[in-house]
Amino acid sequence: MSGKTLYDKVWDAHLVGQRADGQSMVYIDRHLLHEVTSPQAFEGLKLAGRKPWRIDANLATPDHNVPTDNRAAGLDGITDLIAREQVVTLDNNCREYGITQFDILDPRQGIVHVIGPEQGATLPGMTIVCGDSHTSTHGAFAALAQGIGTSDVEHVLATQCLVQQKAGNFTVQVDGQLPELVSAKDLVLAIIGAIGTAGATGHTIEYRGSAISALSMEGRMTLCNMSIEAGARAGMVGVDDTTLAYLKGRPFAPSGSLWDQAEAYWRTLVSDADAQFDRQLVLDAASLVPQITWGTSPEMVIGVDAAAPDPRAAADAQEADGIERALTYMGLSANQPISGVSLDRVFIGSCTNSRIEDLRVVASVVSGKKVAKNIKQALIVPGSGLVKAQAEAEGLADIFVAAGFDWRAAGCSMCLAMNPDRLQPEERCASTSNRNFEGRQGHAGRTHLVSPAMAAAAAIAGHFVDVREVA
Amino acid sequence: MKPFTEITGQVLPLDRANVDTDQIIPKQFLKSIRRTGFGDNLFDGWRFLDEGSIGQTPNERRLNHEFVLNDSRYQDAQILLARENFGCGSSREHAVWALLEYGIRVVIAPSFADIFFSNCFKNGLLPIVLKENIIEKLFELASREQAVDLTVDLPGQRVVLPDQETVLFDIDPNRKHSLINGLDDIGLTLAESERISTFEAGYRQRMPWLFREAEAAAAATFSNTGDSE
Repeated sequence: MSGKTLYDKVWDAHLVGQRADGQSMVYIDRHLLHEVTSPQAFEGLKLAGRKPWRIDANLATPDHNVPTDNRAAGLDGITDLIAREQVVTLDNNCREYGITQFDILDPRQGIVHVIGPEQGATLPGMTIVCGDSHTSTHGAFAALAQGIGTSDVEHVLATQCLVQQKAGNFTVQVDGQLPELVSAKDLVLAIIGAIGTAGATGHTIEYRGSAISALSMEGRMTLCNMSIEAGARAGMVGVDDTTLAYLKGRPFAPSGSLWDQAEAYWRTLVSDADAQFDRQLVLDAASLVPQITWGTSPEMVIGVDAAAPDPRAAADAQEADGIERALTYMGLSANQPISGVSLDRVFIGSCTNSRIEDLRVVASVVSGKKVAKNIKQALIVPGSGLVKAQAEAEGLADIFVAAGFDWRAAGCSMCLAMNPDRLQPEERCASTSNRNFEGRQGHAGRTHLVSPAMAAAAAIAGHFVDVREVA
Repeated sequence: MKPFTEITGQVLPLDRANVDTDQIIPKQFLKSIRRTGFGDNLFDGWRFLDEGSIGQTPNERRLNHEFVLNDSRYQDAQILLARENFGCGSSREHAVWALLEYGIRVVIAPSFADIFFSNCFKNGLLPIVLKENIIEKLFELASREQAVDLTVDLPGQRVVLPDQETVLFDIDPNRKHSLINGLDDIGLTLAESERISTFEAGYRQRMPWLFREAEAAAAATFSNTGDSE
């Protein structure tokens, strides 16, 4: 019998058993909640007269709707009354059930996928769910972390279990050294470009190899975060010294003898040498260049040195139609080089790239420079209140402001534009977020996904440019 | 959940691959705290030329007559025909709610994204995976001058075409059972409460660092700035 993958191990450790109807019940250790996908779940719970199974497994924060300015005003700063009702509803539900929440005024508030790891509420070997597809982020800690719909939010609240079928095992092996200023974001975009947005559907991805081991936890989170953009509900990285060093001393992490006991277990959370994977992709890190999406799906991605595709070169009529439609929406022409494409806005933030390491890279690129005159707005939105405080303490915020960036408070912001931060129709944006779908950052807005370094360089140049040539 | 057994309904052909849930229901409508009110905004960005906001009715909006949902042939659609990787992207269950509220009971595609697929079953929306060649034939049929009806028979796991050709489809038997009987998913799991409790007790022994209510509470009060109201 062959060995177990990391995913097999975490799955097996949480398998409660088969329900009467034959489906697997998986025990959930951590349930993260935010204002958008939880209200209907709490309401359902109440209507059915049910109670949450285990209060201390839950952790909540408002992130999708919150404005990124005027935060001292708290709830009064939310001028959109419908959005405000949603944030108030989360407050009320958390208060009623005694669920820990970092509310809008709490310095620890932030994007749910930033605060979990930051607090040590994300730990190796955990099963983690949240009504948000980017829950895959937490897999960086060898957790099995998955996005769920609102019915499952209610289900997990009520039963502490998720009912699902086991996925397949997919390994993405990346060896070699990433070139300077080529980051985890470029790597994950290249992976999605290689396998497509449905490439890992029905599978859990495990990222392995020397290039993955060399990544910081921030880099691993960026990588796992966008697993969902490759179709995988979960992405994972095995435990190593980097994982443990990141977690030690975090508020929700164990300490003392409990840490020692946990560490002994956590050290086993890697795939066995003889583990079998159902599918695999092998990439060489050294040959990667900075990536930019040109179209309206994350798989529509090219290197900074390349040009938008030509529908006439497509494999079939359906693909040609897709390319044509995306080019039209994006206001690009076939064979147009991506470098040099002029921009209106720059957004640095989101659960993909809003952590301290991302902000340090941005600061290193923009220090002593100015945002180009044609850029209407260059927004930097830290992932949490604590990231914001740290960036300010390190002097990064001063660099951003001196360069002409808008330095804001924590939230999802222009990644999905549920709050007031958004693109106007046909505005073009270099964004460190995760989705370039039509209208994602604002009605008829045009999104190009890039790394923080590339977004920073684009802000200074006013157009796309290879950050390695300007930094 | 509304039980699903058999329907005969009109087919709406949506000839696009990788339709993401941001297109099915755009973000500005997710601010609602209710499960209803999404049907009028299904495919909002494609269906209308103007940017919509919560609370508007379709007759206040500018229709995009090029979009298939506005085609007079398909106004009674109950079956959505789509291309591969339907429902990719965001986990928002609002996408399923919007489809159902609009009147769609079945989505037929060559493949679906995982979270969307799972969300369908929680709400009585039936996603059916069929082979590319059948999908191709269905698109050809559905795009004719006259809209066509299909019969979807879940107990028999078959789709009956207008020419009486019958196509069989696969479905997980447990999910099928739940849909046909409109079972309460949470109720099914809660029937296993004792086993969950037993598992949890053993798990607590093995992984005590994951059960730290006291510490968690202490951490939660640390530097809390207080009341949000």
